[in-house]
Amino acid sequence: MTDERIVAVTMPKWGLSMQLGKITGWIAAEGDDVSIGDELADIETEKIAGTLEAADAGTLRRIIARVGEDVPVSSTIALIAPAGVTDGDLDAAVAEARAVIDAGVPDEAAGGPAVEIAEVGGRKVCYVGTGQDGDVVLLVHGYGGDRNSWLFLQEPMAARYRVYALDLPGHGTSAKDVGDGSVETLADTVLGVLNAIGVQRAHLVGHSLGGAVALAATARDPLRVSSLTLIAPSGFGQEINAGYLRGFADAQTRRELKPVVGQLFADESLVTRQLVDDLLAYKRLDGVEAALHTLVGTLLDGDRQRTGSAAALAACGGEVPVTVVWGTADRIIPPAQAESVAGAARHLIDGAGHMPHMERPAEVQAAVEESIARAG
Amino acid sequence: MTDTVERKALTREQLLSAYRMMRAIREFEERVHAEFATGEIPGFVHLYAGEEASAVGVCSNLDGRDTIASTHRGHGHCIAKGVDVSEMMAEIYGRQTGSCHGKGGSMHIADLSKGMLGANGIVGGGPPLICGTALAAKLKGTGGVSVAFFGDGASNQGTTLESMNLASVWNLPAIFVAENNGYAETTSSTWSVASDNIADRAAGFGMPGVIVDGFDFFAVHEAASEAIARARTGGGPTLLEMKFTRYFGHFEGDQQTYRAGEVEHARAELDCLTRFAARVTETGELTRSDLDAADAEVAATIDRAVDEAKAAPMPTEADLLTDVYVRY
Amino acid sequence: MARTITYREAINEALAQEMERDESVIIMGEDNAGGEGSPGEMDAWGGVLGVTKGLYHKFPGRVLDTPISESAFIGAAIGAATAGMRPVAELMFVDFMGVCFDQIYNQAAKFRYMFGGKAVTPVVIRTMYGAGLRAAAQHSQCLYPLFTHVPGLKVVLPATPYDAKGLMTQAIRDNDPVMFFEHKALYDLAGPVPEESYALPFGEANVVREGGDVTIVALGRMVHTSLEAAEQLAAAGVECEVVDLRTTSPLDEDTVLESVENTGRLVVVDEAHPRCSMATDISALVARKAFGALRAPVEMVTAPHTPVPFSNTLEDIYIPDAQRVANAVKTVAEWMR
Repeated sequence: MTDERIVAVTMPKWGLSMQLGKITGWIAAEGDDVSIGDELADIETEKIAGTLEAADAGTLRRIIARVGEDVPVSSTIALIAPAGVTDGDLDAAVAEARAVIDAGVPDEAAGGPAVEIAEVGGRKVCYVGTGQDGDVVLLVHGYGGDRNSWLFLQEPMAARYRVYALDLPGHGTSAKDVGDGSVETLADTVLGVLNAIGVQRAHLVGHSLGGAVALAATARDPLRVSSLTLIAPSGFGQEINAGYLRGFADAQTRRELKPVVGQLFADESLVTRQLVDDLLAYKRLDGVEAALHTLVGTLLDGDRQRTGSAAALAACGGEVPVTVVWGTADRIIPPAQAESVAGAARHLIDGAGHMPHMERPAEVQAAVEESIARAG
Repeated sequence: MTDTVERKALTREQLLSAYRMMRAIREFEERVHAEFATGEIPGFVHLYAGEEASAVGVCSNLDGRDTIASTHRGHGHCIAKGVDVSEMMAEIYGRQTGSCHGKGGSMHIADLSKGMLGANGIVGGGPPLICGTALAAKLKGTGGVSVAFFGDGASNQGTTLESMNLASVWNLPAIFVAENNGYAETTSSTWSVASDNIADRAAGFGMPGVIVDGFDFFAVHEAASEAIARARTGGGPTLLEMKFTRYFGHFEGDQQTYRAGEVEHARAELDCLTRFAARVTETGELTRSDLDAADAEVAATIDRAVDEAKAAPMPTEADLLTDVYVRY
Repeated sequence: MARTITYREAINEALAQEMERDESVIIMGEDNAGGEGSPGEMDAWGGVLGVTKGLYHKFPGRVLDTPISESAFIGAAIGAATAGMRPVAELMFVDFMGVCFDQIYNQAAKFRYMFGGKAVTPVVIRTMYGAGLRAAAQHSQCLYPLFTHVPGLKVVLPATPYDAKGLMTQAIRDNDPVMFFEHKALYDLAGPVPEESYALPFGEANVVREGGDVTIVALGRMVHTSLEAAEQLAAAGVECEVVDLRTTSPLDEDTVLESVENTGRLVVVDEAHPRCSMATDISALVARKAFGALRAPVEMVTAPHTPVPFSNTLEDIYIPDAQRVANAVKTVAEWMR
């Protein structure tokens, strides 16, 4: 760019395989003054819909990407610049950006890092890693999710860490046999993946059931875990949305599944047709229905949540620094249960639902990185 | 009048069972003939009387591993394969208690649990199906055989010819039994079948062809036994041609003006039950009183079947829509 | 998430995975392996367009070549099904249905009903349909309306590789006779397909494109033609909702009606002939059950009432294309009383 004061707003990379994004609507307009964190545009990808937040402050001088067009990841879609920058310089920058967008995605563009496979307890477990040499972070999704649940987190965090996400048994592309489906069995997988990666210590981040699993893995071997970040973890209180858990396992059609999935988010517009279709396709894989029903038994005792997490936390013996993150609008597990995570640093995310790492990824990323930093 | 055919020795029980079964078919058909004339039986019936030796002579060699498929003239095959007579009668009367809950009728009586793949309303419909059940038995190694009964009319149907070829090419444990009763509806088999005998076609399909006196239980039993043994031991299919006549019309109501007195002659001189009785009493294997007792038992069974059928409930409107699919 | 394979490969994979899982699954058809009794190699073709290639060696004794005797071997597949096998028989071109239709519509379709619920006939009959390969009148027909008409049969027409694998898996596991229609012009179409086994339910239409202005109901290859038209129309400001029926029997009426309730305008795109077809079936359904929602008459885009012509130029006119679909959409979109 000719003038260094011009700041590019770029198409973000949500998920390791994302190559294109589509602006479905501009929230900010040309001429608006934006602050960091302001919402700029609604973006839809193959996998999900989300909102792009400003990473820089200034005046939004030019909007480049048009509503409805496919834009390659990392392309410049808008320009922020102070008043002093000339129109001429801006137009030149726009033309350059436009050429990149129009060129599209090069054919040799990779679909992301390769999926790796480990064998743990006789079961195939898939995981993907990306990022820098340095601290290892392992992301553990929740009930009904998969490694792509972290699509707004993994790539940005890869700038500073080596970030892995796995598919728990019964999920993603891992084997669908969950055995007894207990938290302990799932925790074996987490430790097994750490062994496969060949790392002695890692930071664990677990969401919902994945939180209980990460906690169980930590309790088993606290010396292996540098820090533990729990996002809306299960097992800390009796209250839970049992209807959601059963509804997700039982839903047979898109019609049945959509309203169930909607409960995960504060903003239900995040539930795109593609998201529901992907979940339906996952549920239809051989063995998934049985796995989910087993896991419902792991999570629930009647309509109440099984509460083993506090004991697991205690068994860590205070060795591992713990952070708990929770959306205040969580409709699956009440955020009040954050109080039961003894000795943990607490981050409540205002207005986010049960999937804050999808609804408010920047804030969750900040909380996780703070948790990692505190482990020193 | 004694038979010249050498026969395998059958036990007393086997002989009684065979007689009882042939008598049951005869009584069943005669009774249906009488009842149909009253107008109470719906639809069409095609009666097997006169042909009993074929069904019983063949089926007395079969067991639970084996499957048969039949024709529109299927009551005899059903009874010979062990389908319940009362259920059959109820089905003919269209009652809910029938073998097919009144949904099939005379031409579609079936009982897969007894290896009876059904009477069939389509001429030549059975042979391809029997290639299938034979294939299944072969692949599963059960040792089972499959028998396709079909008429002289069906012997000209493409499905029958294709099935014989396929059974040979795939070396299936199948037996093709052409029941040549002389007529395909009104046209004579001597006219409609181009070769002198249906059995002559067997060579064209790579299998043995045997002509059998269809009025002689023992001849049928012997020929069938050989064909079945061949099939069971991996020797492939056989074509048996039974030659006899049917005592009634193509369907009940057929005026039979195309015929000229052969039924009277057959009933008097060739009847399979009369011949069987004569032979077994002559050798002393069974007594007249054995046979009379069997006759009385059968008569009572058929009477009961008719009474039960007449008293049984009709299917309801709800039954109309059931069992189109296992699950739609 | 899933790798990309072709429609042909997806069907092959479904067959292989089900044969692996269940030893009662067998395959039979003309040249389904290819080479039987011939001096050269076995599995020479794996089906005339290669759909069953490789299965002969992978599953010895379970892939059977047949003589050209449709009524015998289709009937045999049906008979074997009543005896506990799960055969997948191939009727090479649906145009050949004439020589074996009795076994399908009078025998297989009716056993369960005629025998009072006492028969189970889990047979799958795979068959190729559709024009576009210049195969001419006797190798290019659709004919699925004839089978859809018959109670006791299920009729399945996948449009994508993902659907092809899932619907074939379901067809094999299903306990009723299934006619599985494969469009010959779709075999090379590639798409994402999970490696693992999965079954898609019958009677579930797929909304492949959402839109609020006009509903396009399509099936088989016409789904892609309709999507092409929808792209063109979007540029002109008309947003189409494209519904892929996937199965004509059972039929997902609810999804069609819901869409028309929303848009008020319907175009049905059906490659079959226009009399007594899916186009007329859907039109009648909507006229009866969504009459109040309709803001324009229903438009049908179909082949003409002629046999399929041979010559390139003629066949291209015969097959409905995106332009014709777009024209029909514009007609209903602009219709005024």
